[in-house]
Amino acid sequence: MSEPRTLLAIDHVSKNFGRVTAVDGISLDIRENEFFALLGPSGCGKTTLLRMLAGFEMPSDGRILLDGKDIARTPPNKRPVNLMFQSYALFPHMSVRANVSYGLEMERLPAKEIRSRVDAILATTELVPFADRKPEQLSGGQKQRVALARALVKRPRLLLLDEPLGALDKKLRGAMQLELKRLQHEVGITFVIVTHDQEESLVMADRMAVLKDGRLLQCDTPHAIYEHPADRFVADFIGVMNFIPGKASADGVVAANGARIAGKVPAALTPGASAVASVRPERIRLFPSAETANRTTGTVEALAYHGLDLQLHVRTPLSPKPFLVRVTADAADRRPVASGDQVELGWDAADVRIFAE
Amino acid sequence: MAPALVWLTALMVVPCALVLALAFFRRGIYGGIDYTFTLENFGLVFDPLYAGIFLKSARIAGTATLIAVVIGYAAAYAISAAPRRWQPVFLFFAVLPFWSNYLIRTYAWIVLLNREGLITQLLRWLGYTGEPPSMLYTEGAVIAGLVYNYLPFVILACYAPLSRLNPELAEASRDLGASAATTFRRVILPLTVPGIAAGAVFVFVLSIGNFVTPALLGGGRFQMIGNLVYDQFLTANDWPFGAALAMALIAIMLLVLMVQALAADRASGRAAQTKGDADG
Ligand SMILES: Nc1ncnc2c1ncn2[C@@H]1O[C@H](COP(=O)(O)OP(=O)(O)OP(=O)(O)O)[C@@H](O)[C@H]1O
Ligand SMILES: [Mg+2]
Repeated sequence: MSEPRTLLAIDHVSKNFGRVTAVDGISLDIRENEFFALLGPSGCGKTTLLRMLAGFEMPSDGRILLDGKDIARTPPNKRPVNLMFQSYALFPHMSVRANVSYGLEMERLPAKEIRSRVDAILATTELVPFADRKPEQLSGGQKQRVALARALVKRPRLLLLDEPLGALDKKLRGAMQLELKRLQHEVGITFVIVTHDQEESLVMADRMAVLKDGRLLQCDTPHAIYEHPADRFVADFIGVMNFIPGKASADGVVAANGARIAGKVPAALTPGASAVASVRPERIRLFPSAETANRTTGTVEALAYHGLDLQLHVRTPLSPKPFLVRVTADAADRRPVASGDQVELGWDAADVRIFAE
Repeated sequence: MAPALVWLTALMVVPCALVLALAFFRRGIYGGIDYTFTLENFGLVFDPLYAGIFLKSARIAGTATLIAVVIGYAAAYAISAAPRRWQPVFLFFAVLPFWSNYLIRTYAWIVLLNREGLITQLLRWLGYTGEPPSMLYTEGAVIAGLVYNYLPFVILACYAPLSRLNPELAEASRDLGASAATTFRRVILPLTVPGIAAGAVFVFVLSIGNFVTPALLGGGRFQMIGNLVYDQFLTANDWPFGAALAMALIAIMLLVLMVQALAADRASGRAAQTKGDADG
């Protein structure tokens, strides 16, 4: 496979609102045809970054290159970029069809072409039965599809989506996540989606960027970020993580109670410095074999079935917070545990990630 | 509910009914009322002389409405585009003249438009030496007075929908490729029409029946329907004809209000009805 082409290059972009720095020197490359997610806690600058890509905010500093051309100063109506708004921003006085046609009318396309393209996108987004309705007569999921159709029909180079699924309930969200992914595949348009739901970005994105306080912490595939978080914040923000605070040593972390947690220590961490060892819940085994590198005992405080697996809260001497352990239903059946039981936990050194505290 | 009804009956229905009744009698020889039934008064309303005054009043009220709507909408738009915390301040200043007496505000225009008034003095100061322009006692002065007096209503009526408008709608329009002008024409304007309509009806109805402004700024001979009614009651002493004129004026006002109410009702009714279809 050939090297993927960069469609959009965000080059040291910053944005200040008065004394607030909403975006702080972010550099990112977004590749042709990828599904890219911007992830971060509330207020980290995701919307601001997206609005700069759409043309509603001008960067205070830096360049935004689309196909190599700087578009930072191009007005929104002159960019081959469309934004699907967090609130959908459907025109309330226009029917679904009129909403979707609007963008093509602005391109002054012949009426016949507008009609056929609108028909096609309404069919793709399964909106044909609602074409003559006004936005207020649609459900949340239908509105979302209209907003999507209205942006997609323009065939932009880049489609920006600001928390497109935020207003939907959990079940519909799951369905729409897959739907969005299918649509993106079908239309072959690069998607940049903003979300503060880490699970959503793991499911949908080809690559994702994690932001905090306007800065980029890590940009990689969901798998790489999940397995190798760049720092403690990312490790905590993406997925669930058990943390063991302590001091760095040559081959791991010494926990507060003196237990040694074996794992690879990052080069930047000098022995004796404050550090945390961490391990994912699904990497911890109940009743491990004797040769497992890291072992501890604990008391089961609570357990909860989640269908496929069983989640245990286990109080251990290693950390003030109970460990979260995920055991497959299968394993749980073989060796049942109950609240209050003493259990042994173990995990491999290769599954330990160590960060500066 | 009940006190409101009593109030309405005492202050609106009874006086209107009395005036309406008056219109069906003859004028007495010495100015009193001759209680014999007639329809002559209504016939006289359609006399070209009086019908002409109705038309002129409608034209003046219409022109004042148009100007007030354009200026008022622009002002409301500017206020709604200002930073949120400044908006109440700007609104306050826009409506401020409204808190002073109507007569005083109208007299202020006389001071401005007078032959040797402030405007003439300003022109002189700028080097103008010719005849002072005649501005007072013209139709233009009456229109200016009406516009000035009713502008705050239009600003308030237009500000309401403009400030409620989701700014993302305009952004979405830009994002889809529309220029700022097209965005205004196709998104902002249609969504704020109810405010414009409410403001316009207000100015029109208040202007067409106004008699203070034409009397003061239009001069003694300048007549709008309001002045005509006033004259019939207080100068000509022809109460029955005055009543018929007043009834015709009220009929015009009611018609305008009804058309607006119907239009507004149809707009919301249509939405509600289709919503019902969607649910069914
Ligand atoms: N127009 C503005 N004026 C002043 N400050 C702003 C403006 N827009 C955003 N900010 C500030 O910039 C920061 C980033 O805001 P932004 O809306 O980009 O966050 P976000 O990541 O989209 O958050 P959320 O997940 O809550 O939507 C916040 O601290 C916000 O208060
Ligand atoms: Mg946001």
